[in-house]
Amino acid sequence: MTIYRGRVWRFDDHVDTDQIIPAERLVSEMLNCLGDFAFEKVRPGISEKMKDGDIIVAGKNFGCGSSREHAPLALMDAGISCVVAESFSRIFFRNSINTGLALVECKVDIKEGSEAEVDTSEGTIRDMSNGKVYNFKKHPDFIQNLIESGGLIETIRRKK
Amino acid sequence: MKGKTVAEKILSAKSGRDARAGDIVEADVDYVMVNDVTGPIAFRRFESLGLPPKREKIVLIPDHYVPNKDIASAEQAKEMREFAGRHGIGNYFEVGRSGVCHQIMIDEGFAAPGRLIVGADSHTCTYGGLGAFSTGIGSTEAAAVFATGRLWFKVPESVKIELTGKFRKNVGGKDLVIKIISDMGVDGAIYQAWEFGGPAAGDVPVSDRLTICNMAIEAGAKAGIFPCDAKTEEYIRDIVKGDYEAVVPDKDAVYAKVLKYDLSELEPMVACPHLPENGRPVREVDVVIDQAYLGSCTNGRIEDMRIAAGIIKGRKVAPGVRMIVVPASPSVQRAMIEEGLMTIFMDAGAFVSGPTCGACLGGYMGILAEGERAVSSTNRNFIGRMGHKGSEVYLAGPEVVAASAVLGRIAVPEDLS
Ligand code: SF4
Repeated sequence: MTIYRGRVWRFDDHVDTDQIIPAERLVSEMLNCLGDFAFEKVRPGISEKMKDGDIIVAGKNFGCGSSREHAPLALMDAGISCVVAESFSRIFFRNSINTGLALVECKVDIKEGSEAEVDTSEGTIRDMSNGKVYNFKKHPDFIQNLIESGGLIETIRRKK
Repeated sequence: MKGKTVAEKILSAKSGRDARAGDIVEADVDYVMVNDVTGPIAFRRFESLGLPPKREKIVLIPDHYVPNKDIASAEQAKEMREFAGRHGIGNYFEVGRSGVCHQIMIDEGFAAPGRLIVGADSHTCTYGGLGAFSTGIGSTEAAAVFATGRLWFKVPESVKIELTGKFRKNVGGKDLVIKIISDMGVDGAIYQAWEFGGPAAGDVPVSDRLTICNMAIEAGAKAGIFPCDAKTEEYIRDIVKGDYEAVVPDKDAVYAKVLKYDLSELEPMVACPHLPENGRPVREVDVVIDQAYLGSCTNGRIEDMRIAAGIIKGRKVAPGVRMIVVPASPSVQRAMIEEGLMTIFMDAGAFVSGPTCGACLGGYMGILAEGERAVSSTNRNFIGRMGHKGSEVYLAGPEVVAASAVLGRIAVPEDLS
């Protein structure tokens, strides 16, 4: 259980994985610098401004589209610690569990640039600009355990 | 106890327990597929485990950036080739024997009814068209299946889609699926499966079923399934590898909801930029095009080629328009040659290539410049999907792609005469 605190970047509904990291960057030699290209087509320059710990707040269906694991990897590499969205696409959700990007399913209204704090043990999101608190439902135990043990590969390694 | 959907039945059989919608189960996977884009991450994760691979279950298919489009993709393709060699994985498909991963999975007989198949590619849901439960996963999960042959699944609820009536002329599976996605939205089926049924489901040709299930993910669905029937068995008879089980739903299966579609009411559809849910009847749009693309795992099968060739035969691609035709696999390409379709397309002034994902994902061979518009038989029209962020992709079936190529604007075949 962790606390994430950072500045908020706002996105709308249906942010697809082509927007998060476009096809041109899906080659192995890019794997160590995916963050530099996050959102390059839709919000050029944004990745340079993202700082470690920043939080994305989005609408419905975040991460829809392709199964590229490069998407959560790119966000983490850009510094994003946590994504708060009204809902997530299924494959993106699973990929994030396995790569260590924190996801919270909750509808919140926090402005871009505001500070926010996500507390996964309390199940709360706090808008630091006005003190408003949102509550979210925690993941089911099975998924929480997977996250805490470091994703699927770590789980298998421990069982080995 | 109530009866089960196809998804519940397959996940029960593969997990060895009574799997019901909402349960989380660990199940035996029949095949796990990765391509040249998702493979390299899976290879690194898998090798970090130091476990032996479940060789027979692994299928490696380079398709996105092969034949190598540049040095970076050449290096990436090499990683896959070397991984296959290092671990003795026989199901590796080299360029010349490869094509769009999902069509290879079908042509080579990996996809079959009742099977549980995962793939590190979101359109793995395509094989539901053959009655399999198949779904897209990430590279790390693929690596886990390489090592254990198993994976966890949340058993999805199913939405039953009941079909009645008959497709009208020049209307097909692509038009239906664009209509369904537009009705429910691109997140309309998150965490759910589509299961098709009703009196007309059996009449839908298998290639249309594959097109429809291919795009289930565009509504967020985990799977799209046409239960196995006589048409399915006929389709796979000469290609299927090994045994399979014809799984059909119980009569008293429980569905999240039931939707009804009368095929005779459908008309040719086009999904406008930048989401597959922006479906509109073709007659309502007025769009001049620069490119017409026929191919991909959605509509790159021989049936699609026949439809388009039938329309384009004896006609010419409009001046200033590029028509790009990409068969989804070597067997499609071979059939095109044998049936004379290659000549028809070339006579019309189209460019015909060998099998690859090509420009579908904005890889290469047909990338769009700023401001250009394409009508495309593919499955995604996201911003910048086929090239410049200022380009536009309109999704449609093979009939509309062919007619539009000739007229230089988005059109239906009836507009030709
Ligand atoms: S043809 Fe297009 S949608 Fe299908 S696997 Fe290739 S890139 Fe993906």
